[in-house]
Amino acid sequence: MDDILIKILGAIATVILAFTVGMTYGGLSRKVIARIQNRIGPPWYQNFIDNAKLLFKVSNINHGFMQHVAPLWLIGMSVTTVLFIPVLNTGGDSWYNSWFPNLNFHGDLIFLLYLMVIGSLGMALGAGQTGNPNSAIGVSRGLTQMVGFEVPWVMALVALMIQYKTTSITGLMAAAEQQGTWLAFSSPFATLAALLAMPGMFRYSPFDIVGAPAELASGPVSEFGGKYLSTMMTSGSIFAFVKLTLYVDIFFGGANNLVELVIKTFILYMYPVLWGAVSPRFRTEQAVRFFWGWPVLFGIIALIQASL
Amino acid sequence: MMNINDKHSQKIVDIIKEYARKQSLFILAYGTGCGAIEIPPTMTSRYDAERYGIRGAATPRQADVLLITGYLATKTLKRVIRAYEQMQSPKYVIGFGSCTINGGMYWDSYNTINVLDKYLPVDVYINGCMPRPEAVLAGFDKLKELIQAGKAEGWKHYQENLDWYRENQKKVIVNWQMPDYNW
Repeated sequence: MDDILIKILGAIATVILAFTVGMTYGGLSRKVIARIQNRIGPPWYQNFIDNAKLLFKVSNINHGFMQHVAPLWLIGMSVTTVLFIPVLNTGGDSWYNSWFPNLNFHGDLIFLLYLMVIGSLGMALGAGQTGNPNSAIGVSRGLTQMVGFEVPWVMALVALMIQYKTTSITGLMAAAEQQGTWLAFSSPFATLAALLAMPGMFRYSPFDIVGAPAELASGPVSEFGGKYLSTMMTSGSIFAFVKLTLYVDIFFGGANNLVELVIKTFILYMYPVLWGAVSPRFRTEQAVRFFWGWPVLFGIIALIQASL
Repeated sequence: MMNINDKHSQKIVDIIKEYARKQSLFILAYGTGCGAIEIPPTMTSRYDAERYGIRGAATPRQADVLLITGYLATKTLKRVIRAYEQMQSPKYVIGFGSCTINGGMYWDSYNTINVLDKYLPVDVYINGCMPRPEAVLAGFDKLKELIQAGKAEGWKHYQENLDWYRENQKKVIVNWQMPDYNW
């Protein structure tokens, strides 16, 4: 009985941690971009205020069942994924370490790859029902971009699976622990391919072709306001944490405690943000051409290296 | 047993609610008139409105504040009304420049409206032709004060007096063909 109780409380703690870290990173990225543009920028907790304000909206209209469900679909996907990601290494000795291995040993990378696109598909259905042409264009762009960055990303992961003969994330982390170095050093080309695919997932410039504020009026979310937007914001924050933690787990040796995790994920997060702060926007075909260029080449080299 | 709907817990919720509402204003800058030129300096490096939680929204659905920047032609009024009715409550309107107060230099024009308040519930007027970014920020401060005091309730007034507003709107918009909303 106690076992189950600890598991439930651990799951809640994990989701709260993911939400807090994701929202704070969102606020900090706004601050960093503001400093780059020689502005003061909003406080780091601005995203929490925005989220609360959206929740306190009195009217929340929708155009049908699917639009009502799409944000829930998204947040369900985010929460499920965060439970399958190992937040901390098993070797860590902090007192909170027993909270975070929720479902780590029950899923593998292939399952996770499927799970991570389900949210976008639900979003596509929801945005389709709003009938807004900007949403439709945004969805088609988003799916095209996904086809772009999923190729090098999957290549990198398959290379790792072949090289270390395991499909589980905990297995890969154990392999890194066994050999004593990060997988970033033992399989550099897979890491390069995955890192070059990463800005596509985070949708900062130059890959913000889905939202495209001045062009598509925020794309798929253009008809979502109030609590729907707040739910999506929450889901996006949790999912940002998921992606960063997955990268740190697989390529950069995981983290033994929360401080190490925050430092590693924050440095990793700054890479798409800083790239975005100094870049204009790609067109859709330019983005896909980017992802199918060097990243795919590195992915092929990684596959060859893995199978040798 | 503790009741979460009693007076004291409701007070705490109200404090959080009003703080969140005033510290996070997504503006829909509807560039109807020449005043729109004052918005870019307000938002960018020189005056940086984002540090006060003021941020541009892409669509009416996500916006809280409708900024009417300058004169309104009768043709644009129709679009403004559609944009306003698509926004989610609570929503606020800021009339920007003399033209929204009494018509300004277009007071005797054949196709502009003179008093914006007859067609949409204006919460704050910013005077000037043009008001400088400092004045715009001061106007936002005033709006925040009103929200804090719970007085920025133009949206309720609009819903309660919809017939009166509709009558005024239909007087100036000749070809009234508007869709029904479910707001």
